Amino acid sequence: MAALAETTKSRWLVSGPPLLYLIAFFALPALIMVLASFRSPGEFGGLAPLVDTSGQVDLNVESYTRFLTEPVYAQVFLKSVVVALLTTLCCLLLGYPLAMVIARSPKRRRDLLLLLVILPFWSNFLIRVYAWMIILGPQAMLSRAVNSVLAVAGIEPVSLLFSPFAVLVCLVYVHLPFMVLPLYANLEKHDQALLDAAQDLGANGWQRFWKVTFPLSLPGVYAGAALVFIPALGIFAIPDILGGPDDSLIGNLIKQQFLETRDWPFGSVLSIVLTVAALLLAGLVAWIGRARTEKEPARA
Amino acid sequence: MALLEIQDVVRRFGDFTAVDRVSIDIEAGEFFTLLGPSGCGKTTLLRLIAGFDRPDGGRILLNGEDLAGRPPEQRPVRTVFQSYALFPHMTVEGNVAFPLKMGKVPDAQIPERVKAALDDVRLQGFGRRFPHELSGGQKQRVAIARALVTHPPLLLLDEPLAALDAKLREEMQLELISLQHEVGITFVYVTHDQTEALALSHRIAVMNKGRVEQIDEPSRLYGYPKSRFVADFIGHCNLLTGRVKATRDGVAELEIEGFGPVLAASESPATSGSTMSIALRPEKIRIRRPESADAFDNQFGGKVAEMLYMGDVTVYKVHTDGGGTVEALLANSAPGRARFFEIGDRVDVGWTAGAGHLLDG
Repeated sequence: MAALAETTKSRWLVSGPPLLYLIAFFALPALIMVLASFRSPGEFGGLAPLVDTSGQVDLNVESYTRFLTEPVYAQVFLKSVVVALLTTLCCLLLGYPLAMVIARSPKRRRDLLLLLVILPFWSNFLIRVYAWMIILGPQAMLSRAVNSVLAVAGIEPVSLLFSPFAVLVCLVYVHLPFMVLPLYANLEKHDQALLDAAQDLGANGWQRFWKVTFPLSLPGVYAGAALVFIPALGIFAIPDILGGPDDSLIGNLIKQQFLETRDWPFGSVLSIVLTVAALLLAGLVAWIGRARTEKEPARA
Repeated sequence: MALLEIQDVVRRFGDFTAVDRVSIDIEAGEFFTLLGPSGCGKTTLLRLIAGFDRPDGGRILLNGEDLAGRPPEQRPVRTVFQSYALFPHMTVEGNVAFPLKMGKVPDAQIPERVKAALDDVRLQGFGRRFPHELSGGQKQRVAIARALVTHPPLLLLDEPLAALDAKLREEMQLELISLQHEVGITFVYVTHDQTEALALSHRIAVMNKGRVEQIDEPSRLYGYPKSRFVADFIGHCNLLTGRVKATRDGVAELEIEGFGPVLAASESPATSGSTMSIALRPEKIRIRRPESADAFDNQFGGKVAEMLYMGDVTVYKVHTDGGGTVEALLANSAPGRARFFEIGDRVDVGWTAGAGHLLDG
């Protein structure tokens, strides 16, 4: 009995601090945000008093109604989903071959290649975003090259910077490692004998990829897609710095509501919608993944 | 013309010659085994036939056609891998249907052919299962069905039974023999297990250090090994080495240290003065109590030094009075009696001149 009590005690000692931390800094704020979404905005920002002067409790769904009735918000939200999906797709198309090359290179070289993939993390996120301002700037080689080609074709010069293109390029750049790492972790474990067997049974290179490598790598694809899609959906710094006035995403709207418009309840509504959408999509991916695993168990 | 002709094939890895000028002809319908210790080049040779590797010299012909330049997917040869290499994300049916789909077999015919292949390996009713739901023996059958479903002219098997336990291995050996007989496909089988090779094969090529030491039927290989290596590798063998003193009437007399003069029948005349070995199987040596009357051509007194009780037989290691050592094998045919001799017992060991087989060197 004493031993049992001892295990329970040590279990609480181990799991207690992280649990308390999560309750204090994640669960409670989330709850506060949900509560705030049903309150009215204060006259000078923040929230109006919960109990107004006439003694009535002021809880309403006006902010939710606003989100549903003014189409501009749903449009921005939809645009954010599309941009996040595009980012995920581009990361997958660029990251898959990269992960495959690393996974199939000699063991000694793999660590170096992986180091190169995560090397960008060593410099500050904002610095890396600002660097793209220089790369895409009007005086940069890239812009000049593009515009001189366009001039030959008789098209007006374009600005690469402050455009949806700049936002997408930078989103892909920032999130690429999050796609490469889980894909690599999966591909690295693949058994060469399976590819030999497929080849022996008559499959050419293309067929070996689509019938063996790719289906077996799906758990890695799902993990990478979730790690790219979810942060890309809520990002605000990149459209702020590299996007034009029309390139705002849902993250920018949320930031705006809290810092500029100072409408906390509406900002909370937008945050909740974002969180729920991300959770739903993650749940959907997990569900598809599990359904597949039950039907066709792929080695993770 | 043989189905598969391996002509002077060489494969080097750096300074190491894995396959050294190997030539083998394999006939259609044969169960042919490449036998040798690990690193002897047998698996490399198999990979050369399958096309996963290219020879540095020589040619490999299938039905008279040179296979050089044809990648594995374009060779009609199929391989059963040691690790089975079943696709974990496909059912048993999916695995067996794979080569049919790759071979552009019409969809309508696929279920029927998959079923026939699974029937061949006695796996009816397992089609919907996934590889991880199968036992080792069942996985092995799926791998064989998958390789056979397209009716290839040649099936390569790379130590297919190595991962199974002894009992199951014996069962699968019997099944492989009958399966090969039923489907009539030529099998090229790689193993390091000499009993497996003897049990399964029509012919065996014994390989050592990249070279073929001897190609023969199992009984000839066992009875008439051509080299010390083959004699030692196939079964147990006493190798008595000494100088030839004289030859008369097809019987050579050798002077062997620890024994003295030993008589051995020689098929070809042995040159006096040359060094030769007598390969003598333990079961050919008689071991008796010293007082026994009738004498053998070769008879020596000695003491039982070690013994190994194996259930059906007991192996006795006897030190002769002259200081030599021989292993003799005795069947434990008397019921309820574990052994006939104890360690330290005085015994006579004896054998006829025809029991041994003379080897060069």
